[in-house]
Parts: sequence; C-alpha cells; structure tokens
Amino acid sequence: MTQTSQQQVVLEARGMSKQFGDHRVLEDINLAVKGSEVVCLIGPSGSGKSTLLRCLAFLEAYDDGDVFVEGELLGYDRGANGRRLRSRPARLREVRRDMGMVFQQFNLWPHMSVIDNVMEALVRVRGMKRDEARRLALEVLDKVGLPEKADVWPSRLSGGQQQRVAIARSLAMSPAIMLFDEPTSALDPELVGEVLQVMKQLAEEGMTMVIVTHEMGFAAQAADRVIFLDQGHILEQGVPKQLFRAPRTERLAQFLQNYLQRNEIFRDDGKEGYR
Amino acid sequence: MFDLAILQQGLPLLIAGLWNTVWLSALGLILGFMLGVIVCSLRLSGRLALRRLGGAYVSIFRGIPLLIQLLFIYYLLPRIGIEAPAWVAATAGLALCCGAYFAEILRGGFITLPEGQIEASRLLGLNEWQILVRIRMPQALRSTLPALLNEVILLIKASSLISVVGIAELTRSAQNLAASTFMQLQFYMAAAALYCVVNMTLAVLAGRMEKRFEEARA
Repeated sequence: MTQTSQQQVVLEARGMSKQFGDHRVLEDINLAVKGSEVVCLIGPSGSGKSTLLRCLAFLEAYDDGDVFVEGELLGYDRGANGRRLRSRPARLREVRRDMGMVFQQFNLWPHMSVIDNVMEALVRVRGMKRDEARRLALEVLDKVGLPEKADVWPSRLSGGQQQRVAIARSLAMSPAIMLFDEPTSALDPELVGEVLQVMKQLAEEGMTMVIVTHEMGFAAQAADRVIFLDQGHILEQGVPKQLFRAPRTERLAQFLQNYLQRNEIFRDDGKEGYR
Repeated sequence: MFDLAILQQGLPLLIAGLWNTVWLSALGLILGFMLGVIVCSLRLSGRLALRRLGGAYVSIFRGIPLLIQLLFIYYLLPRIGIEAPAWVAATAGLALCCGAYFAEILRGGFITLPEGQIEASRLLGLNEWQILVRIRMPQALRSTLPALLNEVILLIKASSLISVVGIAELTRSAQNLAASTFMQLQFYMAAAALYCVVNMTLAVLAGRMEKRFEEARA
C-alpha cells in the first residue's frame, strides 16, 4: 500500500460541477480527502452521489471546477492561454495511477479466472513477471479471504465473493485511494456483511477510501466523515455521530427518518410488529 | 462412366486448385478480419465522422457483389500504376468484402459487453489497445463464434469467384478438367467433396473451440 501522510490531501474537488444537458447534477462541490481518511457519501437516489464519485475518477468529465489527485489536475490540461483541454488518454492514466475503484456490478472479466483477473493489470500495466504477479495476486486474494478460489471462473462465485475479488484486483495495484460505488447494492442481503467486513479491514489498515453507500450502519461504524448530498449539493458533513445523532437540516433528518422506518422491525410504541 | 485412370490423372490439377482456394481464402480471411476489427472500432467510435466512415465502408463493401469488386480491383490496379499479380487483386477483393461482414458480426459481440467492464479496465490502467486485445476481443470472439464460422465458410465458397481474375482455384480447375475430359459429373463431384472436407474440418474445429469456451464459462 502506498504510504500517504495523514495530513496530505490525496483527492480534492474544488468548485466542481457537472451538468447532463440542462440538468445540473452537481453544483459547486468542494471536498478534500486526506490520507487514511474514510469518507462515506450518503443521500437519496438522484442526489448525485454516484455521479460525484464517477467525476472524481473522471469516468464522467466534470464541467467546471477542478479535481486534483495527489496535487495533479485530473482529466484536463491547462493550455498556454489558460484554456482547459481534455487530457490525452496516457496523461489521464498517469494521473489516475494511484486510484482504484470498485463498482456496484463488480465488473470482473468473465473470460479470465479469478487469479488472471487480479494479475492482468500487474502484468500488462506494471510490467511484472508472471510468477511475481501470481505471488502478489495470491497475497491479496488471501487478504479478502478467497485464496482457494484463485483458479475458479468468476461466474462460479457468489456476488459477495465476486465483489471481494474485484476489491483484490484493485488492491493489487497498491492504490493510494480507493473509490467504492455502492459496492453492496447488487448483493443479496446475506452477502453484504462479508464485503463490508473486507472494507472495514482496509479502513483499519489505513487505506484512503471514498464510499457511496446506502449502508448507514457501515457508515456510522467505519467512516471518519459522512457527507450528505442532496440535489447535487453537499448539504451537511461531519463525523458520523454528529451527523446521524443531530442532523442540522430538515432534509437529512427526513432522510434518516425514512431509513430508520424502512429498517424497523419492531415498533417502539408497543403496537403490533412490522408495518 | 467412371474412368478412374482419368480421374487420377486429373487429381494433381484439382489439388493444385484446392491449394489456391485454401491459401487465398486464408489470406483474405486474416486480412479481412483485421480490417473488420478496424471498421468495427470505427463504427463504435465516439466521433461521428469516424462512425460515418465505418458505416460507409460497410454499406459499400457489403452492398456490391464480390464478383464486381474483384473485377473492379483487377482492372483498377494497372490504371493507377500498380503492376500486381492476379493473386493480389484476388486477396484484396476477398479481404475488403469479408471485412465488412466481420465488422458487423463483431459489432454485435462488442455492444453486448457491459460498459462497466471497460471502465474497470481503464481504472486499472489498461490502455485502449490492451482493452481491445485482452478484454473486448476475446469475449466478442466467444459470443460471435458461430456467426464468424458461417462467414468463413461462405467466403471459402465465394472464393470460386476469384477465377475471374485468372486464378485456377478449385472450381475453375474442376471446370477445366471437366471440359477437357468430358467427365463433368465426376470432376464437379470431386470438387464438391473437397469443399465439403475443408468446411467440415473448420466446423469441427470451431465446435471444439465453442465447447472449450462453454466449459470455461459454466
């Protein structure tokens, strides 16, 4: 894992905005993620949290403002006359080299075995020898608890196992920061825990992480900071305790209320069970 | 009616014709496949101009009969100052034509790939060429293998048309032998059998490949 000083800002958005046609999805986003910090993005669907994450990885090109990865401008180059131009692909790859990403749909390559999925970028991008890459791949598979699945096809794995392989694949590249886009949303409920467990372990080991999630319990336990997004704005942010216990805005209070009601099994007022 | 001695005498000519059919088809198919990948990439490009270019290519080379393409190339080359042997015109004609078909077949394989796989590849640092060769192509090949085989077989049979530029491939060799020996049925039947052997061999190979892919995916 790349060692980053706790004080150093790894990823930063300044006045970033994004527009799809006439619709402004993100408005003036300011966000700085420091080394080893775990930031959870929460918010109602359509609030722009996934788009924000995708802009931070330049999977979507943001329109205004800047995004910096370890101090380097992401996705654009400044021309001589101050105008911004889209970076060439090689430059974009260079700025993104320390960034890993885990997706809702896992996105493993189905035509490669588990270990080949993990080794591919080590061999092709890092230029590692195959046996060296294999050793490292087995190491990270061990870390996510799947060393025995190395030679299995991804389609043979459960969703939770596939997502752990995807985490291992990203982790093998020793990123300085990892982005997670709703990593447990496509999983059966009983498989969510094993993925969150791996993520918690990463957080404890000091990985810098930005996580879009609907798992409030996970956010409360693992995040250093929770950010509440609503209609493309950062409405509130703070340590989990403060945000969840004492929301300052009506929108967040309402959002949390909805969440609690949805996840309620027994009512507090003593009336019959689940409504 | 069956004069085995004459049939045997004609056999070397027939085999020579078969050889021409096989190597010219193979060359045309290999070049055509590369062309197909390029044209397919054009058709899926983010730039409108490139998409149009790819579309125009497919319309032209899929729309014009191979026979006319071959004759056109054969008579065009000397006009633009290229003194090339007939096999060059033949190969070019075959490649240009099957390139258009391959492009369309592969496009079907490419567009069913989830975009997320490509995004994951990019975030891991693979460049566009590596993504094409390592991620897109292997999966597109697997999903379109039956259609690709169809096109290969169609082209091998259509390669009988290259006789118009003066190449004695299998069909023309059979024709020549039939005309000189008056044993039409026998030589055409022999040619038919040879085409069948080639194409059935290919079908068996493709079937084995398909089976291996399925085992891998299951």
